[in-house]
Amino acid sequence: MDPSADAIVVENLTKTFEDVTAVDQLSFRVGQGELFGLLGPNGAGKTTTINMLSTLLRPTSGRAEVGGYDVLKHRDAVRKNIGVVFQETALDGKLTGRENLEFHAMMYGLRKDERKRRIDAVLELVELNDKAGTLVEKYSGGMKRRLEIARGLIQNPKVLFLDEPTLGLDTQTRRHIWDYVRMLNRERKVTIILTTHYMEEADFLCGRVAIMDKGRFVALDAPSRLKDVLGGDIVSLEVKGGEGCLDDSFRALPWIKKYVRRDAEVSLTLDKGERRIAEIVPLAQQCGAVVGSVRLREPSLEDVFLHFTGHTIREQEASTADRFRQMIPHHGRRRP
Amino acid sequence: MIINGTAIYVLWLREMKRYLRARSRIFGSLLQPLFFMIFLGLGFRKMPVPGLGDGVDYIQFLVPGILGMTLLFSSAMQGLSVLWDREFGFLKEIMVAPVSRTSIVLGRIAGGTTTTMIQGLLMLAMTLVLGFRIKSPLLFLWALGFMVLIAFTFIGIGLIFASRMKDSQGFGLIINFILFPLFFLSGALYPLDNLPRVIRILALIDPLTYGVDGLRGTLIGVSSRPVLIDFLVIGTFAVFMVVLGTLVFRSSESV
Repeated sequence: MDPSADAIVVENLTKTFEDVTAVDQLSFRVGQGELFGLLGPNGAGKTTTINMLSTLLRPTSGRAEVGGYDVLKHRDAVRKNIGVVFQETALDGKLTGRENLEFHAMMYGLRKDERKRRIDAVLELVELNDKAGTLVEKYSGGMKRRLEIARGLIQNPKVLFLDEPTLGLDTQTRRHIWDYVRMLNRERKVTIILTTHYMEEADFLCGRVAIMDKGRFVALDAPSRLKDVLGGDIVSLEVKGGEGCLDDSFRALPWIKKYVRRDAEVSLTLDKGERRIAEIVPLAQQCGAVVGSVRLREPSLEDVFLHFTGHTIREQEASTADRFRQMIPHHGRRRP
Repeated sequence: MIINGTAIYVLWLREMKRYLRARSRIFGSLLQPLFFMIFLGLGFRKMPVPGLGDGVDYIQFLVPGILGMTLLFSSAMQGLSVLWDREFGFLKEIMVAPVSRTSIVLGRIAGGTTTTMIQGLLMLAMTLVLGFRIKSPLLFLWALGFMVLIAFTFIGIGLIFASRMKDSQGFGLIINFILFPLFFLSGALYPLDNLPRVIRILALIDPLTYGVDGLRGTLIGVSSRPVLIDFLVIGTFAVFMVVLGTLVFRSSESV
């Protein structure tokens, strides 16, 4: 593969399930060595995108290239060049850790001596050497995750897909996984595509983040630049009462760039937030509002998501769940 | 379409490891045919059943039938293991590997056939302990051939259903609505001549009918058709089901 070529090229990629469009006319490119994040709520189409890029699902229309190979025309070439860590565990619990890796290495056609070397190396990388002989069903969630990441690396993939790699893990294990992912990207130069609905994960790891909602990208840039879009700090007030007056007086202030009111929370976007608090609180009180708490923070990707979509990730997840429940009354399982 | 020997081997190896580690399953799945044999055998031992063949008592007649039943259920279970893989996510690990779908099917068939043969032979060994006698060692080799063809046929059918289903819950239904009729229609428990004409015609399209008759011909030396005919018919079914199972599995979505 040409070293200057993009690791992933996606053009108008679309997937529809019956009458639901899970991925809608997606186009983007990921350069070699990038750590690229897909951020969005459940049901945004992240996993469907990964499944198409990893050849498990056929696109309804559009095209995609991974490592220079078309995902429809050269499925086996794509498969040889990628590693995938799926959202749900894909290990055989009745096999030991080493046997799971051995299975994988043989499926990828590695020779015996090479297998041993690579398996030992990846086991060491994720610090599972001493547990390699234990049946996987006895592993903890974090160990399974690490084993899967190790497995995804055995064949030296050009592109590694990590679908929600830290979902359901405790904070400490999550940190641990983040360190591995970062190290793989920086030291081993593996191109990584990661999906997540954790803001801090995308923020901490990714060089570029695509914010995904309802099958489309609503924004795509470096996390810091995305946050710059919001322009300044955010002061959040928890208030009771004074509705109309608050709206009028805050909107009238020229140094407040953005005013959002959601139930009992008022969010103001402004520069030099730490100095302005002293002005904001009395203003709210003059409107007859009781200020419960004041918070000053730098914008997060959560705010970026809210800015671009008009709702929070949590709200979006709740409404997607509703939509699915209405759509499939007898079937609890959601399409991945 | 490339056939990948290593992939077939490793899929087979995985099946063997899983099989040998599930000792209770091996034991449990032998109990059902054993009960059938003991209780039906003892219960009908003294009863005259017409059409058994000259000098054949009911237990002799029953053993090949119960062997057929063991093979039928054990091989159809291979479909269930595809569904388990789907549910536990391991199917994705298999499907995302750079291996042709045909190799994956062949690996599964190899694994399923081996476990089915082990189950069948264990079952046969138990009947030997209980007093069953094989007619001749040479004919026994033919019986092994029948066993393999029965396994192929029903692994193929299992794959067809498993590829079209999303979870294992529906598989119980398949067992009740397909496997049991196939079993009862096959003449495993009684001579088919005793059935009403309409049902006898249904029995003629049941692959297991030829499998059981062939097993009888090769194990006890009595069959209602020439063994060669049985062999050709079950062989045709086996090829057809394996090819169809492969095609259906290949066209199924992986996730």
